[in-house]
Amino acid sequence: MRALRLVKSGFTMNLKMVGTSSFFLVTSIVQPIIFATVAFYMFRSGGRSGTLLYASLGAGMMGVWSTTLFGSGGMIQWQRWQGTLELGAAAPPSLALVYLPFSLANAFTGMYAMAATLVWGRLVFGVPLHFVHPWLFVLSLPATVIGLGLMGLVLASTFILYRYANALSNLLEYPVWIASGLVFSTSLLPEWTRPISWALPPYWGIVAIRHAALGGAVWAPLGMVVLLGAASLALSTLTFRWFETAARNRATLSLT
Amino acid sequence: MRNALRIFFVGGYISYRALFGFLSLWIFIPTLVLTPIFQILLFAYIGRAAGGHSDQFYVVGNAIQYSSVPCLFAMTQTIAEERFWQTLGPLLISPAGRLPLFLGRALPVIANGLVVAAFSLFAGGLILGVTLAGADWARLAPVLLVAAFSCTGLGLVNAAIGLRVRETAVLSNVFVGILLIFSGANVPLSELPGWMADIGRALPLTHGIEAARAVASGHSLASVRGLLGREALIGVAYSVGGFFLIRFFEVQSRRHASLERV
Repeated sequence: MRALRLVKSGFTMNLKMVGTSSFFLVTSIVQPIIFATVAFYMFRSGGRSGTLLYASLGAGMMGVWSTTLFGSGGMIQWQRWQGTLELGAAAPPSLALVYLPFSLANAFTGMYAMAATLVWGRLVFGVPLHFVHPWLFVLSLPATVIGLGLMGLVLASTFILYRYANALSNLLEYPVWIASGLVFSTSLLPEWTRPISWALPPYWGIVAIRHAALGGAVWAPLGMVVLLGAASLALSTLTFRWFETAARNRATLSLT
Repeated sequence: MRNALRIFFVGGYISYRALFGFLSLWIFIPTLVLTPIFQILLFAYIGRAAGGHSDQFYVVGNAIQYSSVPCLFAMTQTIAEERFWQTLGPLLISPAGRLPLFLGRALPVIANGLVVAAFSLFAGGLILGVTLAGADWARLAPVLLVAAFSCTGLGLVNAAIGLRVRETAVLSNVFVGILLIFSGANVPLSELPGWMADIGRALPLTHGIEAARAVASGHSLASVRGLLGREALIGVAYSVGGFFLIRFFEVQSRRHASLERV
């Protein structure tokens, strides 16, 4: 019960914080619209206009990932700057539990990206929003967002020891977009990248969302999102403990 | 005159060192070396999926477009960082001429933009099998230089706005996005709606990208003289506009005592 209360209050608090950050709003709304616009014109110029919804969903997921990534990278760093990281580490609940709601809130903000690109595509490019399995789409989107949030939690834990977390965030944005095949099929990528794609929740998430919208099997990729999300949660519990212990031992938690 | 030259070169050099003292290699390499390569790969693969243009089209377009990141961010940071460290006030009450002061800071930024574009072009091309001959590189160098200069002009405008608007990183991100759409890096202007193409033609990098594509396809430098001239002219226009905007906002911030407001 206490854990649930912590998750609820942490989630609400962080949602308010990121809601007032213009950087976050640009990342979650403006940037996906920019990428969606470029992708729309690229597909249109290639003469494959039937794939505009495909591009729209992919650009939306790019925004979900960016928001999760920058949120996770920034989460520890901002706490460090504000001097509240030590308080979180000293609090009785585990550090993973303290930061779980923050990570979920970051990923939730990413849903703005999906909404923004779908509305943008509909209003500006006339992309038809006819989903083959509307209810499965409604189920797939939050499941993917939570899966990404949990993956973000693993990343956040590594940033406890890493001073330049934001630079690492910058670096991971494009590779995950590419390896997950958010705006193109991963079959275009070299064969050796396939296992990397399979290990990424965004890959399964976009497959589930795409199949829910355009047709195809949804439950199997959705199951993989849930499975990888649960694995991320378990892993983050361990990594948070390791990195927190290492930071305490070296007295480098604040890294100042 | 000697003083102005000293401020231009030494001031610009110190400002560059200060900027990259903060932007250590841990930030420089992921942000300015690796990310542009991934941007090239992303758009090249989208292009393949969309049935668009050749890989060379995306390699050249995105390598040059990505030079906007150092040009816009670094130029803006030269003012935003001064404010962060509370040295903007002392800087602006100094008798130093504003022209060498700010243009001197632009010089290393242009060099940085040039290096980022050239390296991205080389590495992106290497990965995607787009090979350019030595002669192509010799012809491309001045094109990349003019494009970096032109974009730094926009960076100067952005820096000036930074005297009034505090969220300079957000603003720079928006400008980078605008260039991604309108500069023709991924969609040729001829395939964009007319009004978008018109905006693109008024922005830095657009003519530079077009010139670089022509040169990379084997055209001579003389054949893209017109495009290069327009790119340079746009750069001069933005630089002059940016300089006067800085002067304007400097006066405004003194009048409203808003210089150090963060």
